Amino acid sequence: MSATTAPPPGQPAGDPPASLLSGTGTSRTGDRLFAAATRGSSALVVVLVALTGAFLLWKALPALQKDDVNFLTSRVWQPAGEPPRFGIAALLWTTVLSAAFALLLAVPVSVGVALFLTHYAPRRLARPLAYLVDLLAAVPSIIYGLWGAYVLGPVIAGVDSPPRKALETVLGWVPLFEKTGVARGNVFLASVVLAIMILPIITAISREVFEQVPVANIEAALALGATRWETIRVSVLPFGRPGVISASMLGLGRALGETIAVTIILSQPSSLDRFKLSIFYGGETFASKIANNASEFSTPQKTGAYIAAGLVLFLVTFAVNAVARVFITRRGEV
Amino acid sequence: MKLKRFSPLAAGLVVGALLLSACGSDNNSSTGAGTSDSASPAAAAGTCASGTLNAEGSSAQQNAIDEVIASFTSDCADATINYNPTGSGAGITQFTAGQVDFAGSDSALKAEAGEVAKAKQRCQGNDAWNLPMVTGPIAIAYNVKGVDSLVLTPEVAAKIFKGAIKTWDDPAVAALNKNTKLPSAAIKVFFRSDESGTTENFQKYLSGAAPKVWTDAPSKTWPGAGEGREKSSGVAEGVKSTADSVTYVEWSYAKDNNLGVSQIDNGAGPVQLTGEAVGKAVAAAKQAGTGNDLRLSLDYTTQEAGAYPILLVTYEVVCSKGLDAGKTALLKDFLTFFSSTQTQNSLEQVGYAPLPEQVRTKVEAAVKAIS
Repeated sequence: MSATTAPPPGQPAGDPPASLLSGTGTSRTGDRLFAAATRGSSALVVVLVALTGAFLLWKALPALQKDDVNFLTSRVWQPAGEPPRFGIAALLWTTVLSAAFALLLAVPVSVGVALFLTHYAPRRLARPLAYLVDLLAAVPSIIYGLWGAYVLGPVIAGVDSPPRKALETVLGWVPLFEKTGVARGNVFLASVVLAIMILPIITAISREVFEQVPVANIEAALALGATRWETIRVSVLPFGRPGVISASMLGLGRALGETIAVTIILSQPSSLDRFKLSIFYGGETFASKIANNASEFSTPQKTGAYIAAGLVLFLVTFAVNAVARVFITRRGEV
Repeated sequence: MKLKRFSPLAAGLVVGALLLSACGSDNNSSTGAGTSDSASPAAAAGTCASGTLNAEGSSAQQNAIDEVIASFTSDCADATINYNPTGSGAGITQFTAGQVDFAGSDSALKAEAGEVAKAKQRCQGNDAWNLPMVTGPIAIAYNVKGVDSLVLTPEVAAKIFKGAIKTWDDPAVAALNKNTKLPSAAIKVFFRSDESGTTENFQKYLSGAAPKVWTDAPSKTWPGAGEGREKSSGVAEGVKSTADSVTYVEWSYAKDNNLGVSQIDNGAGPVQLTGEAVGKAVAAAKQAGTGNDLRLSLDYTTQEAGAYPILLVTYEVVCSKGLDAGKTALLKDFLTFFSSTQTQNSLEQVGYAPLPEQVRTKVEAAVKAIS
């Protein structure tokens, strides 16, 4: 053993430093290459985002200039007309309402699951359960859409289904819960399905954050005689808050942009109807509107109108992320 | 070890997911299912050129052209024909850009939109022809318990789809259906939420046959009442799962979902939707094109006895000349096969109507004239 570790007698003493030197030599080139590669990748992302924005703007502007109604406040959508008339008010409302309601449903459940996995569940149970939640993310969204529309829809969102009836009866005086005649393709159902879809994202990130709460914090709370719930309240939740917020924003981003499931689920209200703010009303989101009509993009003007809608979605997602950043940095400092 | 413990759980999940996805695909493919055995006419008298044709366009003719391509290529093993059902507008754009060899479109090329000129340029200075090939009737499909037959006139239908007639036992509906007991339930209308040629053609019928009630200019978006669902499968499912509902949808979807199909009374008595009745309406159409450009102008107010007037015609838009020789030979063989009596008759089983003989022979002659 010792014979192998000892340097062979024939070799000069200067050899090891030389090999070391040559090693540093390659690592310098390597360093430069690697630094350039990382810089390049980051630049690529910035360029991609900028190019996407520029493309949207470039394609949307000609159509926007011809638009005969106010693009932001109108709910008409006739991009093929001469002159074209299209506005995104209704699309924006449905998009934001469905995503916000989904977040409202998903966050408490996600935080609950994450806390259970990290602080309540026995290890044996925690792992498979975490795995199960992750599996939810692996289900393709078209499956969620079909399941939501054909299986879940009639049960929770049909005109006569108990959860909907209860909400309409109790909260019907709030415009947000006004009674409507839309059979099952309403924002309520879309939000529930969206909530299930974003649950795994929020849970996974929250779990990671809760696991990193310093043991000292927890032990300090316990030492002061805190119960388990009190420990969670004073040490785990404050530590994890920025993480939970950024997880929620990631989920919100997905909910805003979710396309195929929402396209399958949502019914479009007739243009003859009075517009309702209710979650039991139908509607279309930016993504579902674009996806639903992509096959009929026959003229640049019409395509431009849809791309303008896409641009708004792009900006909304941007804004959501910016707000999340602000929250995270502010909470982090406190 | 740990893995082993929850593998039954995972397996259960996988099975669950499979079951769910199976449900989903059932709903989607039901129109395509059962078509494969419906008809495989032996190779028509035509020849078999080899090569590849790419085509794109109307989704209304998808089931028909898929069926025809399958039986054509089973006879002609060296030929490949791809049809991409992206929509009429996309098909024409791709055709005029020279990306595909022919387009399928629910409306003939429009001169005012510059499509005729662009297509001529694409065909190297030769005319492009609109060949009516697939006739797709639009059914007014309903789901009303206890009502096995329903008769509507264009005015009453237009009022229902406008939301002016709100209940099934409205006197106007009752007057047309004296022997049927209609419920007092509210009428639930479903419409296509995506832009669709079916929506446009149905509106063309309503505004043509009931101009006083349907005052909107026909377009691919729906100006009437109701609740919008995605694509034909969406509205058909909507009607199937909702009592007292009605929609307009391609005949094949109404058939596959076992929905009631209304009879139409254009003034010459109620007409049941059959392939023959649709053929009569196509035969009554005026030819609007010149020479071998066979664009049709449908007469929606037709008083011809036994003619079913709500239909859309899908044209194959082709270059009269200007494709390279190999493609031209294959195109001619394929379209000859498509327009043969046998192939046309086989389409009825997938929910389309065969072309009436006098139109079919013209199409056949036009295909022969492609060079």
